[in-house]
Amino acid sequence: MRIATAKETYVADEGLLTTNTQRAWMIILALVLVLAPFVLNAYWLYLACLVAINVASATGLNILTGYTGLVSLGQAAFMAVGAYAVAFLDGHLGTPFLLNIFAAGLVAAAVGVLVGVPSLRVKGLYLAIATIAASFILHFVFTHWVSVTGGMSGVNVAPARLFGIELASPFALYFVIVPITAVMVLGAANLFRTRIGRAFIAIRDRDISAEVLGIPLLQYKLMSFALSSFYAGVAGGMWAYFFRVVTPESFPFATSIFFLAAVIVGGLGTILGPILGAAFMTLVPELLKYVVEWLGPVFPNAGAALSPVRTIVFGALIVFFLVFEPQGLAEIVRRIRRFFHLWPFKT
Amino acid sequence: MTRPAPGTLAPAHLAVSGLSLSFGGLKALTDVSFEVRPGTITALIGPNGAGKTSLFNCISGFYRPREGHIRLDGQDITHTHPPARARAGLARTFQNIALFKGMTVLDNIKLGRHAHMRTNLLQALAYWSAARREEMELRAEVERQIIDFLEIDHIRNKPVASLSYGLQKRVELARALAMRPRLLMLDEPVAGMNREETEDMARFILDVKEEWGISILMVEHDMGMVMDISDHVVVLNFGKVIAQGPPAQVQGDPQVAAAYLGSGNPAELMRRLSAIGEAA
Repeated sequence: MRIATAKETYVADEGLLTTNTQRAWMIILALVLVLAPFVLNAYWLYLACLVAINVASATGLNILTGYTGLVSLGQAAFMAVGAYAVAFLDGHLGTPFLLNIFAAGLVAAAVGVLVGVPSLRVKGLYLAIATIAASFILHFVFTHWVSVTGGMSGVNVAPARLFGIELASPFALYFVIVPITAVMVLGAANLFRTRIGRAFIAIRDRDISAEVLGIPLLQYKLMSFALSSFYAGVAGGMWAYFFRVVTPESFPFATSIFFLAAVIVGGLGTILGPILGAAFMTLVPELLKYVVEWLGPVFPNAGAALSPVRTIVFGALIVFFLVFEPQGLAEIVRRIRRFFHLWPFKT
Repeated sequence: MTRPAPGTLAPAHLAVSGLSLSFGGLKALTDVSFEVRPGTITALIGPNGAGKTSLFNCISGFYRPREGHIRLDGQDITHTHPPARARAGLARTFQNIALFKGMTVLDNIKLGRHAHMRTNLLQALAYWSAARREEMELRAEVERQIIDFLEIDHIRNKPVASLSYGLQKRVELARALAMRPRLLMLDEPVAGMNREETEDMARFILDVKEEWGISILMVEHDMGMVMDISDHVVVLNFGKVIAQGPPAQVQGDPQVAAAYLGSGNPAELMRRLSAIGEAA
């Protein structure tokens, strides 16, 4: 049961963590994140970095789609813009790592604003189609602007260097990628405690009354696009340093759908949602791979026979969540919390 | 409980002159002129389709009138965008409740103050001292001036979608008050309410007028309430002003009776109105 949570100040009442249980969990999470690289093997560390990159991008998409209500299928293309920006800056100008990552976000944000311009006039499915069109145009640019993007063969990226240390292994990169993602998630959580975050939600829920309240729609929709693509650009920049090669096929259109699915499975319009969703979408296929391996001794040809089944199971899991928990994984967490808040009085 | 000190929100003077609006060949408003004098309640009445909501939408900036002017304290706002009108001190509620369903009561009310706040995107992401201070000032002010005043402290953290109709209307009024309006526009504030809710709302509207000292313009069908609380009544029919003046004078106007009943007998109108009042 949750007791002793009375607040004496408004600051305490509007804090991000309002109970001691939440604070304890957050400390445990921080410890796990710090200790994980010393425990996990290279393969799981690689997956951990990938999850962190995907969380950053999904959090960005959630600001745009979950909170502002503008459906976008261009997140992968914005990530690609960030990745190419890093590749270009690192290869041609040799600017430092953190600056490149930040610049990747800014370049992607600028492209995002351009793509977002139609959003004042078109909404819903029509806007989704407009962002698809934009991502195909960007794909065309990536394959044809050979002097910058290297065309179909792409560009290589040198290992990142920070304070003279070469960040080549997932172990080293983990200590950069995870903090950057954590800061970005914290930024998003802060945003929705202020007037700007509230304005985004107002536009999602009822744009006409938002305008009457003095919220300029175009300015805020473009701001949401810029912020969302900034997150994608930074994620793409980290991706470029992680995989060290960027080609037009690095960010296929299916990746945009992957992120939209991650946000929906995790829970639209929640901070926790994209974190859980991105982890789910990244890790479940890998876990299913293990399941198939364990079945190997039982079914001699398991590898060949079951790998298509793996994809089907993954798809079925997503459908299962959409049908039985349309509010996403975040809602399951909220329900568990509510159970413990009220226990033992009401279950 | 502290309220805004008298005079901090100077009541606005609204002057509508020669306003005409048409949709294609349909004339929604023809040469409409009236005033809302500072610190008074002006009611806009008329049969369905008379153009009341069109007029409201012109004043709040959704429709562009073909001719005429809307002036707030002498300043022409006919062609400004809704956000600019919000900053000038215009706030409104909607006939069909237009709250943000996914948010709590508190967040809905806070949104009303949006145009008066300064926090920019970077400050918001970092929740820096300036952003935090502004949010906390807002919270304290909303709690003291609005939540206490409208007696909604027990529901402040509830999602709006879970509230009764009457409470939602009250939250919408709270959000409009958070805009620090100098002219408050209420579109059917008591439509669909039972008698008790209607009386509560009438009391709150009178309190807003008395304690906040702002000007109020409302559209309302509940004649009992209109006649009770308004200082000035404007009657619209087929997009034209057919009568205006103090409630008692408008009640006795044969043209008003004709608009509502199809016959020009004010006594008949009064008899029917009181019958409706007793039935309700």
